[in-house]
Amino acid sequence: MPEIKVTPLGAGQDVGRSCILVSIGGKNIMLDCGMHMGYNDDRRFPDFSYITQNGRLTEFLDCVIISHFHLDHCGALPYMSEMVGYDGPIYMTHPTKAICPILLEDFRKITVDKKGETNFFTSQMIKDCMKKVVPLNLHQTVQVDDELEIKAYYAGHVLGAAMVQIKVGSESVVYTGDYNMTPDRHLGAAWIDKCRPDILISESTYATTIRDSKRCRERDFLKKVHETVERGGKVLIPVFALGRAQELCILLETFWERMNLKAPIYFSTGLTEKANHYYKLFITWTNQKIRKTFVQRNMFEFKHIKAFDRSYADNPGPMVVFATPGMLHAGQSLQIFKKWAGNEKNMVIMPGYCVQGTVGHKLLSGQKNMLDCFLFILCPTPIAPPAGLSMPGISFSKYSLEVKLQVEYMSFSAHADAKGIMQLIRMAEPRNVMLVHGEAKKMEFLKDKIEQEFTGISCFMPANGETTTIPTNPSVPVDISLNLLKREAAFGGPLPDPKKPRTMHGTLIMKDSSLRLVSPEQALKELDLNEHQLRFTCRVQLQDPYSDTDTLSRVYNHLKSVLKGYTVQHLPDGTVMVESIVLKVSSSAEDPNTKVVLLSWSYQVTPGCTIQGSQLPH
Amino acid sequence: YTSHLRIEQHPHEEVPAKKLRLTKPSKSAALHVDLCKASSPTDALQYLLQFARKPVEADSVEGVVRILLEHYYKETDSSVRLKIASLLGLLSKTQGFTPDCIVDDVINTLNSERSHQVLAQLLDTLLVIGTQVPESLNMRHRLIDVACKHLTDTYFGVRNKCLQLFGCLGSVDKPLPRESEGGGTGMAAKDVQSIISDYFGDQDPRVRTAAIKAMLQLHERGMKLQQIIYNQACKLLSDDYEQVRSAAVQMVWVLSQLYPESIVPIPSSNEKIRLVDDSFGKICHMVSDGSWVVRVQAAKLLGSMQQVSPHFLEQTLDKKLMSDLRRKRTAHERAKELYSSGEFSSGRKWADDAPKEKVDTTAVNLIDSGACGAFVHGLEDEMYEVRIAAVEALCALAQSSPSFAEKCLDFLVDMFNDEIEEVRLQSIHVLRQISTHITLREDQLDTVLAVLEDSSRDIREALHELLCYTNVSTKECIQLALLELLKNLTKYPTDRNSVWKCLKFLGSRHPTLVLPIVPELLSTHPYFDTPEPDMDDPAYIAVLVLVFNAAKSCPTMTALFSDHTFRHYAYLRDSLSHLVPPLRLPGRKLTSAPEASGLASSVESAQNFLKESLTRVCSVQQLDAPGAQSLLEFTIRDLQRLGELQTELAGTADFCATYLHCQLLLMKALQDKLWSVAVPLYLKQNAMVSGAAAQVLEETYKLEFLYSGLESRQIASIHHVRLQAKALQLVLLARTRRGVEPLLSACEKFLHEVDAFQRLFVTELPHFQDSFVDKLLDIMPRLAGSKPADLVKILQTTLRHSCFPQLKLPEQIRRATAAIIEPTGESDNPLRFTSGLVVALDVDATLEHVQDPQTTVKVQVLYPDGQSHVIQPKPADFRKPGPGRHRLITQVYLSHSAWTEPCQIDVKLLLAYSSSTSRSLGPRSAWNESTEGPTPLESTIEGTIPLSKPVKVFIMPKPARR
Repeated sequence: MPEIKVTPLGAGQDVGRSCILVSIGGKNIMLDCGMHMGYNDDRRFPDFSYITQNGRLTEFLDCVIISHFHLDHCGALPYMSEMVGYDGPIYMTHPTKAICPILLEDFRKITVDKKGETNFFTSQMIKDCMKKVVPLNLHQTVQVDDELEIKAYYAGHVLGAAMVQIKVGSESVVYTGDYNMTPDRHLGAAWIDKCRPDILISESTYATTIRDSKRCRERDFLKKVHETVERGGKVLIPVFALGRAQELCILLETFWERMNLKAPIYFSTGLTEKANHYYKLFITWTNQKIRKTFVQRNMFEFKHIKAFDRSYADNPGPMVVFATPGMLHAGQSLQIFKKWAGNEKNMVIMPGYCVQGTVGHKLLSGQKNMLDCFLFILCPTPIAPPAGLSMPGISFSKYSLEVKLQVEYMSFSAHADAKGIMQLIRMAEPRNVMLVHGEAKKMEFLKDKIEQEFTGISCFMPANGETTTIPTNPSVPVDISLNLLKREAAFGGPLPDPKKPRTMHGTLIMKDSSLRLVSPEQALKELDLNEHQLRFTCRVQLQDPYSDTDTLSRVYNHLKSVLKGYTVQHLPDGTVMVESIVLKVSSSAEDPNTKVVLLSWSYQVTPGCTIQGSQLPH
Repeated sequence: YTSHLRIEQHPHEEVPAKKLRLTKPSKSAALHVDLCKASSPTDALQYLLQFARKPVEADSVEGVVRILLEHYYKETDSSVRLKIASLLGLLSKTQGFTPDCIVDDVINTLNSERSHQVLAQLLDTLLVIGTQVPESLNMRHRLIDVACKHLTDTYFGVRNKCLQLFGCLGSVDKPLPRESEGGGTGMAAKDVQSIISDYFGDQDPRVRTAAIKAMLQLHERGMKLQQIIYNQACKLLSDDYEQVRSAAVQMVWVLSQLYPESIVPIPSSNEKIRLVDDSFGKICHMVSDGSWVVRVQAAKLLGSMQQVSPHFLEQTLDKKLMSDLRRKRTAHERAKELYSSGEFSSGRKWADDAPKEKVDTTAVNLIDSGACGAFVHGLEDEMYEVRIAAVEALCALAQSSPSFAEKCLDFLVDMFNDEIEEVRLQSIHVLRQISTHITLREDQLDTVLAVLEDSSRDIREALHELLCYTNVSTKECIQLALLELLKNLTKYPTDRNSVWKCLKFLGSRHPTLVLPIVPELLSTHPYFDTPEPDMDDPAYIAVLVLVFNAAKSCPTMTALFSDHTFRHYAYLRDSLSHLVPPLRLPGRKLTSAPEASGLASSVESAQNFLKESLTRVCSVQQLDAPGAQSLLEFTIRDLQRLGELQTELAGTADFCATYLHCQLLLMKALQDKLWSVAVPLYLKQNAMVSGAAAQVLEETYKLEFLYSGLESRQIASIHHVRLQAKALQLVLLARTRRGVEPLLSACEKFLHEVDAFQRLFVTELPHFQDSFVDKLLDIMPRLAGSKPADLVKILQTTLRHSCFPQLKLPEQIRRATAAIIEPTGESDNPLRFTSGLVVALDVDATLEHVQDPQTTVKVQVLYPDGQSHVIQPKPADFRKPGPGRHRLITQVYLSHSAWTEPCQIDVKLLLAYSSSTSRSLGPRSAWNESTEGPTPLESTIEGTIPLSKPVKVFIMPKPARR
């Protein structure tokens, strides 16, 4: 029985370090190769020793597919390809290919240069790894080899995110990566056709959430920013460089344009500028509005958003600043925060989730007095507050800073919610569903729901290292010769009716790996075989005193009288033919009175009744 | 009516067709030669392609068809046969040709044809023929039989065409006859619907689509579809192909409209629901389809399903939110709760959207059978086409259900923030349309008002319009609205008029809410005198407009006014009378007394007065001339004054006055005893009379095209006056010119016009008894034969001795008017530009009661040197803010050679007319159809009528610098 095997090396009942192995039709594919943000040791990368204990991975993997550029989906790629060793093709979409190395390099810098780790991949390794990448286009079917083909679908989520369909013969797997079923300000919604895969491997980050309409959140966000700016306050929006930042930029940019606002918006430089450049390039991957209007004006060519300079933070008057990183734990965003925190006119908007222990998390939990932790981050050795910090509005006492500015939380997440996941399942109509990239408890709920609401779909949620086997029932294509088809079609009705199967006569030739159905004559000709006639014979002994010829004529007469409606012939060569059955009479050697009647018929005829019990009249 | 016409045509057309066979037209002959010459199929194809480019007259069609068929039988190449088949279809569409004669031939060729493509094309030809001759039952049966026979073809195109034939020609009334000449197969016994529905399961998606479309076509032609196909149609909703799904959605919708109340079972449960609810749920489901075409269609159709139960309807806006398996309230619900708990403005507290109670996991239904959240999805869709369709559907449903309107309010308000302006605009319009059902809460109003800062003028004006119709609940709302509108005013001063108008309605709608805040608004103080505000400040005027309009229905309010407010009232009442209503002020009883006596009765009395004046005028013919003239003069004066006093009757009064003025002019011209003396010496007199005639002509065009709401009787009267004026001109011509030639043609033309008048207004003629035209028509046969000199003589006497017909008034006549708001013409700063280049001048104008302004309204620019340019604005520059009103916001490009001094140019609007369009614009269609035939001799007169007062603009083209 053919089957598909799926083993998550990461992201099985877990979020982070997505890495899923799929064996389909004799091919092994690795889907995503991510790292885990939560670990700093070996657990950070997937356990490649599952594939092979020693040596390179190349001979065990046919290809690697990366769904999008987030580090938890591509962070382990240079490690796998350069340090563990893999030389096969790596597939990713064009935007992913462009942005992925920037993020990897950034990641490398932080781990090696800042944290001082050794035994980590180098810049050169990233470059070498990217050389192995084969870019994909949307809806383009790429032949990895003769049998394995992959096809990318739009997934929303971030620029260049894709869902992939992997197909070998008639067996197929769809891997979604991360996807989003509701469009946002810069990306469209995920879409897939009714490809009916054998298994759909779906992310399930928000398995137990049904989200509110996006518009309310957007409106709230804009209203808050607008009000603060009108009051003359400053707004700080800590963001990560890619993804949400662009969405918020577009949102603010269009709002500024619409409302004719004049207050400046700044964007912290560095990574982000580079990223914006790619957003400008890959217009086809964005949503309808941006795609349709880019001829007049590329939406990512911001009119109101300018690059930020450190000195701007002290400028008087209202402004909005996007600064990295998103959790306010270091860098520019924290510096700006500390400058603005003392003024109640100002505001900070946290657009995403914050990890415990960061300033962002403390803010969100309502802590008003930022103690040493805050300054600790600023200057690891406790010293007197630096001169730059003693500005009006901020009161320092014992290294603590009173947070007077308003804190808002705004969630803009680009994962599909429970309804979205169901919608995708409905779109693709898979035979099985597998949930990855989510928490076990939440998956449980969704698994029940899927099995309950789609009849006939079974759902799996393997843990890391656990293999799921799905039996498949691949259809075997057979070429049929046109002549044969036409000949058979001529028998009963012109149209093939899918509801009424019909039998037909033909010869199945299996040659090399091709199957063909041809007419028997042609098969003989092709295989250079002679046709063999198969005849059945049978002897019946009769007690008859007459001569052979007389017996024959008696038999003939008898048959003629009994078998009405059949053609019975007495042939001159001493045989009687009933239809195609031949009768011959000869006397036996021992006893001349015992006549032996020889019957012979071909295999198509079932004579049964012909002679049976026909006692010759004496 | 059309069928009547068609039948008439038949015998009429048959005659030339028969003639033709004898003469054999050159065209078909040429084709014949060409086809014979053709050596290869490609050549033949070329000839045919060339031939298809030229039209064929109806007479020679049959000949051409014969030749084509002849060639068809000989031709072996299927592409040529295909082309011939398509040509046959094209030819049978020729007007005036009845294609019954070629049906037999086409059916014959059909039987012998082997190529599937050609077969499909031939069936298409039959379809064309069938639709050309819709009444012939016999032919239809034959065609249906042919279709039955080919339905089992293996080629999808043939099956498609057969199904199309069924859809277009299948008999609507009864099942097909059992035994018909051609077919006689078992299929004919079945009715059309079941034959078609057999193909819902065809293997080819194109055939499935065609089958559904054929069914829909039958429905359109009036056949009642059977309910049994409902289940099949529902199954097709999950088809793999989008065109099938798209057609199936329509089908389900049609059935839901046909059998809304019948009961269908819910699969996998014992419950049963109404069919309309079931289909509503299914179509809702399609709003989250994979193909946006289907989504648009589904969203659109939802709007027209008004019989659906409110329970289902309200589900469409419901999306049960949860977070980590806990029930979560939507932002809308939270806003509402906050509002009702008295705490306004939210979002301060972290995690105030934290999920509350635990959700029962078994109760959560993630994909529901029902309509859950359909609109929530539709409004969030990626494609703006879907969003617009969803907004429109919301509107349609909300208009029929107030409770739904209340519910969808939040969602519509959310759409004000859409990324596409069109969607925003549409949702504002929609909110306006349903605003009668709703009262805005404070927080909702707040969101609505935020849009006032939008930089797009259309959005702002739409919002002003919306605020005009909105009900608000508290005095804070009024304050908020006023505040935001004033902000808008300072940010965009050009919105002045629109903002004032908006406040006018806001005030008059909510007098009791305005009352408590009046002291604050006018910044009066119980003890202290406050400084008098600046009267020219638009913001102050805005506040006053609000207060005065509220005071109109709230008499106690005036007690709160301070002295200067009264003064300002007097000033504004004069300067902005359309915004400031008349008030009953304490010390001014006198002025307000007559007004208070009742507006309604004054309108009535004015109407009576108008009628009386008209009947009085009627008796004019009996009076002696000078008396009649003065009576007319007085009446015209009265009417003009009446129009000024009573705005409701302005159009009517104006119309009558102009009409009577025409009569007066005519009368004056005719009464003159001198001009009838046949001597060319009285040139001066002649000039006066010809001037009068020309003026009358001009006035008649104004009468006809400037006023809307006219019936054919009034138009007949206008044409009658015009005819009189033309007769007068003719007589004048005869007297002043020597020579017969010009006179002869003029006479002929005039007679033709009389004839045209008779044809156009056949139904109105009884009303014209004893009038000029009536008399003329009486002696028409004699006239046609008489010499010009005699004709002139007759005309002269008839003119003088005919009475003019009484003017009967329709319900309401409206005069098209226009006013240019911008440029105001007050600016002293000349518009400077380099000569030879262009400068754009923004023109903003309002048009009232102009029909079809996109084609008729033009802008004229008159330069001081007499040059004038007429500019046609783009159709997109016209907006329609309300019924009968249009707004023209456009740019006019000016250019001129260099001047030494700045100088003023005139800008005004023109109304273009042409006499040929007048007929189609007319209210009655009866005479519209009868004149369908070409009347080539009738000349169309085109011209323009000034529509607005000219506005002066100072411009200064400078010489180009070298």
